[in-house]
Parts: sequence; C-alpha cells; structure tokens
Amino acid sequence: MLDPQASPYLQFDDICKSFPGVNALDHVSFGVRAGSVHALVGENGAGKSTLLKILSGAYTLTSGTITIDGKQQSFAGTADALAAGISVIYQELATVPHVSVAENLYLGHLPKRHGIIDYPRLWADARKLLEPLSDDIDPRIELGQLSIGQQQMVEIAKALGRGAKIIAFDEPTSSLSARDTERLFEVIRKLRDEGRVILYVSHRMEEIFHVCDSVTVFKDGRHVQTFETMEGLTRDLLITRMVGREILDIYNYVERPHGDVMLDVQGMEGPGLSGPLSLQVHAGEILGLFGLVGAGRSELLKLIFGATPRTGGKTLLEGTEVAIRSPREAIGYGMVFCPENRKVEGIIPPASVRENINISARHHFGHAFGVLNGAWEQRNAVEQVKALDVRMASLDQLIRNLSGGNQQKVILARWLSDEMKVILFDEPTRGIDVGARSEIYGLIFRLAERGVAVLMVSSDLPEVLGVADRVAVMRGGALSGFLSRSEATEEKALALALPQ
Amino acid sequence: MSSSNKTLAASSMATATPSPTAAFMRAWDKMGMLLIFIILFILCSLFIDNFLSFRNMNGLGLAISMTGMTACTMMFCIATADFDLSVGAVIACSGVVAAVVINLTDSIFLGIAAGLLLGIVTGIINGFIIARIGINAMMVTLGTMQIVRGFGYIIAGGKAVGISNSGFFVMGTTAILGVPTPIWITVACFIVFGFLLKYTEYGRNTLALGGSLEAARLAGVPVVRTRIMIFALHGLICALAGLVLASRMTSGQPMTSVGFEMTVISAVVLGGVSPSGGVAKISFIIAGVLVLGIIENAMNLMNINPFYQYVVRGAILLAAMIFDRYKHSITG
Repeated sequence: MLDPQASPYLQFDDICKSFPGVNALDHVSFGVRAGSVHALVGENGAGKSTLLKILSGAYTLTSGTITIDGKQQSFAGTADALAAGISVIYQELATVPHVSVAENLYLGHLPKRHGIIDYPRLWADARKLLEPLSDDIDPRIELGQLSIGQQQMVEIAKALGRGAKIIAFDEPTSSLSARDTERLFEVIRKLRDEGRVILYVSHRMEEIFHVCDSVTVFKDGRHVQTFETMEGLTRDLLITRMVGREILDIYNYVERPHGDVMLDVQGMEGPGLSGPLSLQVHAGEILGLFGLVGAGRSELLKLIFGATPRTGGKTLLEGTEVAIRSPREAIGYGMVFCPENRKVEGIIPPASVRENINISARHHFGHAFGVLNGAWEQRNAVEQVKALDVRMASLDQLIRNLSGGNQQKVILARWLSDEMKVILFDEPTRGIDVGARSEIYGLIFRLAERGVAVLMVSSDLPEVLGVADRVAVMRGGALSGFLSRSEATEEKALALALPQ
Repeated sequence: MSSSNKTLAASSMATATPSPTAAFMRAWDKMGMLLIFIILFILCSLFIDNFLSFRNMNGLGLAISMTGMTACTMMFCIATADFDLSVGAVIACSGVVAAVVINLTDSIFLGIAAGLLLGIVTGIINGFIIARIGINAMMVTLGTMQIVRGFGYIIAGGKAVGISNSGFFVMGTTAILGVPTPIWITVACFIVFGFLLKYTEYGRNTLALGGSLEAARLAGVPVVRTRIMIFALHGLICALAGLVLASRMTSGQPMTSVGFEMTVISAVVLGGVSPSGGVAKISFIIAGVLVLGIIENAMNLMNINPFYQYVVRGAILLAAMIFDRYKHSITG
C-alpha cells in the first residue's frame, strides 16, 4: 500500500491538551510511519490514553496539529476521526452484547432493501469481513456469547469494514488468554504488512518487544523519546525513560518512631485480589501502596475497610482479631477511609460543609434516641475546619462549591478524632493543586506522629517516595514486593509494578 | 500529572459570590411555595363563592389531612430517591383490617393495632426488598401495592365493611377546639417528622444517603437499616391515615384511595423535595400539601369536570419535576 520508508503517515505536532488545573499533554510531537506497529508507553497519567482520545475525536485538542498522509486534520467529533480512517479499540470494547455479531459490525449502517433490513446480505457481508481474521465466528449469533478474544476480533473487523488505516489498541491483551494473544499478534502483523499504522498502548513490556517495531515514551504529558527501532532497546532502558524526575520537595518528610504493629491483615481474599494477601502497618508508620491501574489497590483498601465483603482472611488491630463486615464496624474500631473518587464516594453533594463533617462522628455524640446534640454539631464543625484550615464561605455552604483540595480536607475532617487508629487513603491528592497537596501531606505526617497507622494508595510515584516510610507494590491483584524508604527508587517501584 | 501554576490560586479558593439566580433559588426554597399558597388563597377567597365558608374550610382541612400525614413520611422516601406506590393500597387495606378485627373482637384497640401492624409489615417488606435485596423502589411498591389491595378485597369480601363499634368513629368525626381531630393528627405528624428530619441522626442520615448512597455508606451511615426504617414508618403512617379515613367513613372500604399515591408524591415534589434525593424540609411538605389541596378544592368548588382535574394534577406534577431539574442546573 504505502512505502514504509516514506515520511510518517501519522504525524503529531505540538499537541497540547489541558483540562482545568492540569496539562494532560504538553507539546507532544512525533511521527509514525505506515506499515509499522508503534508502542506508546508511560506510567498512569502520562498522557497515552489522552492522546488516543484526541486521535479518536473523543476529545478536542487545545492546540497543535495532527497530520495524516500529509493532510492536516481537524476533528469535531468521533465521526470525523472515523471518516479519516482512524479506529481505536479500547480495553472495554465498544460492542452491544445482546445483538448479533453482524449487526455489531454494521452498527448504524445496516444494509437495507426497500427500507427494510436485508438480513441475508447482512450475514454475507459480515462473513466476508470476518474471513481474514477468524474462521470460527458465526455472524448470526449474539456477540455476548463470544469469548473476549473473539469479540476483539469483531471489533477489528468493524474497523477494517470502515476502511481504517490507523488502528490503535489500548491495553488489548489484559483479558486475553495466551492463545488469543498470539492470534491477536498474528492479525496485527498482517495488518501492518498491509501498510496500516498500528498504535499499541500497553504496560506489558514483553508484548511490546514481541510485536512492536518502534516505541514512544511519555512522561507527565510530555514526549520523552521515540525509538525508531527496537534494536538495542531493553526493558530497563524503557523504564528509566518513563521515570526520573526532579523530586520537588513539597513533602517535607520528617522521620518519626514507629510503634507496634497496629494493622495486621492476614490472608485477605476477595474481589480484585488474585490470592491471599497479607501486610502489616505499624503505629506511626506510613505505608505507601503503589501499583498500576487494575493492580487491586483500591479493592484491597475496600476489603480491609469492610466496604466490600471478603471471602477469606482476618484482620487484627493492635494484636486483637476484629470482625469487620461493614464500614460502620470498621469505624467503630477506629479504622477510617478516604476514598479515591471524592465526587461519588466521598462528599454528599447537596449537603453543607457542616453536614459533611459531622456525618460520621455524630453517632457517638448525640443524645438519647438519636436526637442531635446541637452544641456538639456546631463546635465540632468549627474546630475541624480550623484545624485543617478549610477555605470556604461558611459552614452552611454547599460542599460541592468548594475546591477539590478543600473538599478533601472536609472528608478528612470527618475522621479526625482521638479514637482513630488506622487511616486508609486512596489517592489522597488526586485532582488537587500543588498548594493544597502540600497541606495534605502535612496533615498526613501529623496523623502519623500521633501514632495512627497510615496505609496510602497512590499512583503518583514521587508522592509515594516522598511521603512513605515503606513502599509496597501491587501487581495483578497481589503484592509484588516491598521497598524501604532508603532503597526505594522510581525505577525499582515501577519495575515491580509492571507486568513481567 | 503536572498541574499548571496559574490555576493554583484559583483552585485553592472556594467559588466566589453566588450568581443572582442562585440567590433567588435559595430564597424561593425558603418561601416560594408558601407565597404561592397565600396568593392562591387570596384569589380563591375573592373569586370563588363559598370558598371561605366554614363548611368548605372544614372539607379542605380534612382533605389535606390525609395528604399531609402521608406526605410527612413520603418525604423521607423521596429524599432518598425512592418512591412508594403502595400508599393507597395500605390506606384502604388498613381500614378494612381494622373494621374486620373490630367486628370480630369488638375491641377498638385490637382493630387499631391490627391496622397499624398491616402498615408496618408492608413497609418492612418494601424496605427489605428495596434496600437489602436491591430492587428498584417503584417496581417493588408496584408489586406490594397490588398484593395489599387484593388482600384488602379478600378479607372484606369485595365490599365495604361497616364498623360495629361506634367508639372507633371518635378519631375521624370529633373536633378539638372546633378543629376536626384528623387535622390535629396531621399537625402532630408535621411536628414529629419535622423534628425527626432536622434534629435526629435518623433524619440527617436520610438526607446523607439521599445525597450520595455510596459516600454515606463509606462514612459509616447504616444505609440498609435506615432505608428499611423509612419504609416501615411510611407504612405505619399510611395505615394511620387509613384508620382515620375508615373512622370518617364509618367503614373499611377496600376500594378507596386508588391512585392516591400520585397525589401524595405530587404534593411532596411540588413542595420542593427533589426526586433525585438529598434535599428535604418539612416546610416544603406543608407548602406542597397546602397548594395542591387548595387547587383541588378550588376545582371542585368551580365544578370543573373531574377528568380535567386529572389533567391539571398531572400537569402540576410535571411542572414541579421540570422546575426541580431547572433548579439543579442552576445550583450546579
């Protein structure tokens, strides 16, 4: 189709994409030649997925140009991208499970005769489309009945049916068996040999070395390096390119003594974990829990907190076994949880700041029959807001009008009491600007100094290394290793987090 | 994941002064519906004959009393983004149960207890299936509504059941200080449930879980228990309303109050309780019940064809829902 030695078929120039408060992509420029499989690698949040969304037209870019086959492109939406020959196949396939394979393939443009759907033609066209990819898919059956690997093949057939010249895969093999993965690679190689551009986003280094011809590394929304060939490239070199930043000292880490084991999780089993998991956190210790998305960290916290029912394992607090079957019970034992998704799991949006602060502790301070202790309600809210320096118009202000950082402080304020023994954080500074982040780290250190055991999940490597006394890394639903503060480096942590 | 510095200052601060529309909305929340009630009252007094007559005021008060009582507890349901369609059925069936038991045992106490028990049990069943098993409230109460209604017909033998012990009629037909007893009961409900909503953990938990079920759960609110309690209390009060009605009609009637749940839900939403949950005040309920009551009363006095009344009621409900959505989009 196209001369592989020619100038890049797909060219990104100075691509910028910003959202309020964050630069997702910062002047990214690189090119991909026709007839190649090009990998995009980088940590969580490095910008790979954002770039794909811009390519597919799901996002509009803030500035920069995308050039395809020498022509500058401008996408107002996904329809434009499809028309330009771009197809993105996401991890969560965009299929309709209860409808037949053929209908999925021709979604939106089913063949009609005299205004009525022409099923015989539909089946025939679908069979032709599927032929080069797979010989065992019957286009008439419900798509949901196929295996994930086969569904993916249908997605690819759909893309080819639309005449896609650029096909991007986002984490394609995470749900595939080894056999299906190999099949997928065969198909990818075939598509490449036909001269198409294949983009391959994945954390799986081994696969990248197996099927890709070139790699671009992203870090913090910026383009780091593009390797035009795989020659001389190693896993370690890639990892080094993915990490390595100047660590701003917004953490102000101070060492402190640790007490006995406060939280002892033994043989925890449940959704998100691949097997029994054990870990311990001492009083006054901050244990950072790092890992990639899908490693099971949030799931682990929810299991410990009793928010998700466990299928096995026990929890000991200060040496005594405790039964934690619900968040309420966990809180009763002095274990509290700051969830990742503030909007959905943290704040009560239509309620005031005061309500959001008092919601958890009022149980212990009310009068008989649950009648509220008005004096406590006011006093507690005022105290907490002062202690955490929450910036707001008044206690009656609706919490949803506060900034992310202040919302997070309010959620934290919910828990601050003398009885707190363990605090579980899930991405404590996500979506919070630098100034507020520094304050939150200060709070975390103050808590630890009081003897609270802190278990902190974070995807932000510098943050983990800056704040934690010890780092635990999770991978695929299990712990892959521990690093002490002195030995922990970004490379080591990421190496433990990436699939092998 | 770098953040741009120029947004640092902006995002550290809370949002600045609210827009005039948002301020208007808050003022509306406080007094809007009450104001509408006053305006309507004045208009009706001026333009409709007999509106201000003692007899009409009495009738208006009695009509409002049923809606008012059940709206108090429906408020809790809607505040948690649930619904209860079994109101009418429970009202009818509790009256029938009371009538049958009184006729059998000649004990008013047992009759009342049986009627209330029916309400509580229905409520607990509703609450359990909705909160514990996790099925949509509308679907569940649609089912229980038919079961309870059918049950009422069965034990009544398909017709009204006259009550033999006239002592039972005290509830519905007497007056204290010139005001009919049912109205006093309703006022008591306003006070009790208003108190529960504002001054107890139960009320606060209701609003919290209505605002965000998951956040409330993770914050330690016993969400399942609270929701079951909401439906149980609602069943109890609906049964109470049913008993008062049976007392007024001197019989338990299995065919009464069909579709009444629509009136109650309309009143609650009209008053300002958001169907998406998390926002409720007793003043909303009072206002909504009053406005809806006065509109119905006016339509009756003006001899408007009852079919048109259906249309008007439906239109009011839709208008209230749309207005609620509009409020949401303004306040973000």
